[in-house]
Amino acid sequence: MAEIRYLAPRSLDEAIGAFAAAGSAARILAGGTDLLVQMRSGMVAPGVIVDIKKIPEMTTIEETSDGGFRIGAAVSGAVLAEHARFGKVWPGVLEAVNLIGSKQVQGRASAGGNLCNGSPAGDSVPAMIAAGAVVTVQGPNGRREMKVEEVPAGPGRTNLKPGEILVSFKLPPRPPGSGDAYLRMIPRTEMDIAVVGIGVSLTIKDGVCTAARVGLGAVAPTALLVEPAAKALIGTKLDAAALEKAAEACRAACRPIDDKRGTVAYRIKTAGVLLKRTVAIAAKRATEK
Amino acid sequence: MSKIHVTTTINGEPTEFLCAPDNTMLDVLRGPLGLTGSKEGCSSGDCGACSITVDGRLVCSCLMLAVEAEGHEIGTIEGMAKGGKLQPLQQKFLEHAALQCGICTPGMLVASDALLRKNPNPTEEEVRFWLAGNLCRCTGYDKIVRAVLDAAAEMRR
Repeated sequence: MAEIRYLAPRSLDEAIGAFAAAGSAARILAGGTDLLVQMRSGMVAPGVIVDIKKIPEMTTIEETSDGGFRIGAAVSGAVLAEHARFGKVWPGVLEAVNLIGSKQVQGRASAGGNLCNGSPAGDSVPAMIAAGAVVTVQGPNGRREMKVEEVPAGPGRTNLKPGEILVSFKLPPRPPGSGDAYLRMIPRTEMDIAVVGIGVSLTIKDGVCTAARVGLGAVAPTALLVEPAAKALIGTKLDAAALEKAAEACRAACRPIDDKRGTVAYRIKTAGVLLKRTVAIAAKRATEK
Repeated sequence: MSKIHVTTTINGEPTEFLCAPDNTMLDVLRGPLGLTGSKEGCSSGDCGACSITVDGRLVCSCLMLAVEAEGHEIGTIEGMAKGGKLQPLQQKFLEHAALQCGICTPGMLVASDALLRKNPNPTEEEVRFWLAGNLCRCTGYDKIVRAVLDAAAEMRR
């Protein structure tokens, strides 16, 4: 067996240096719930493992002074759920992150890993897209920001450049009257991979939807921002006609695969159904506050 | 392959061990540390037989590198019974016959204990969802769920 080196840098700069120096032989270890399975199955054989969990910026949740949140890329689902405020402000993002795997997986798995793993069906990704989350990435050429929807490049691939590490998610401040939700369709009741996943974030003022974002997962090579669906909702009272128009926009955005969990036709139809249900939950949350 | 020296705490006891960089926590528990209560089922995080806690949070020890234990508090099934006395969950698993072959039992107990520490009064549905990451091929789960609910009731008294 080839020699593996394990590094646990204390600073981001040190991590970037080690990760870039090791080139394609290196893998980032956050929660490890994908990496260790991939190593065991022989899918990957890293020469260097860079554990990012000793870097404070990667493992902390910060409520910013403007009311937004900054979540370290390696924060586990369990830690995010324990945060006193996050789930109250972003219940949809939290429910999506907490749908990733079992309670055991929740103890380790992170939204950063979910995004970088590049699965089209990652549960947290559509919810983060709906939330308008922006990620900070850092590499040998410095820091930059990307919208979450710009990160996935296809199944198992991201648009991060060689040597770049996902550092954190930034979620914007919430205007009054805002709510979000995430729903996924799976053939079982728990512990499965999404057939369709939809994240919706809304702002409602005097009964009228003033802002909306819709993220759609598991129906295309990457999770998608569905702008026509959001447009169909904005300026309406979320009446049946508006919901049907948004559902049609979601169906039109689908480019799904056929597999044992769902056919192309089923995924497309379900995308429309889930859009309506998810909007209903997000709208209820927006108007309850 | 060069070994790494790890200092950690296991079931409240300061513990040191040497491991290879790609050893899992489960490898080290069952191997050099001789703590064979945690079982190896799937080795891919699906079955929960290797469940342990790290700083009180439930994880699969097969999905954690042993080197990651450095500086953390590990809890295993061996830490559950104190002074030869079974913890109520263990006692209720016996009373309800909530096991047959026993391979899933340590993981079930560690996971149930983590649940009751968070939520001392769970509903049946909450128990079933919490234990969705622990597979049992013998019991059909019903007796396990009843044992957990009964233990929770006793621990609240």
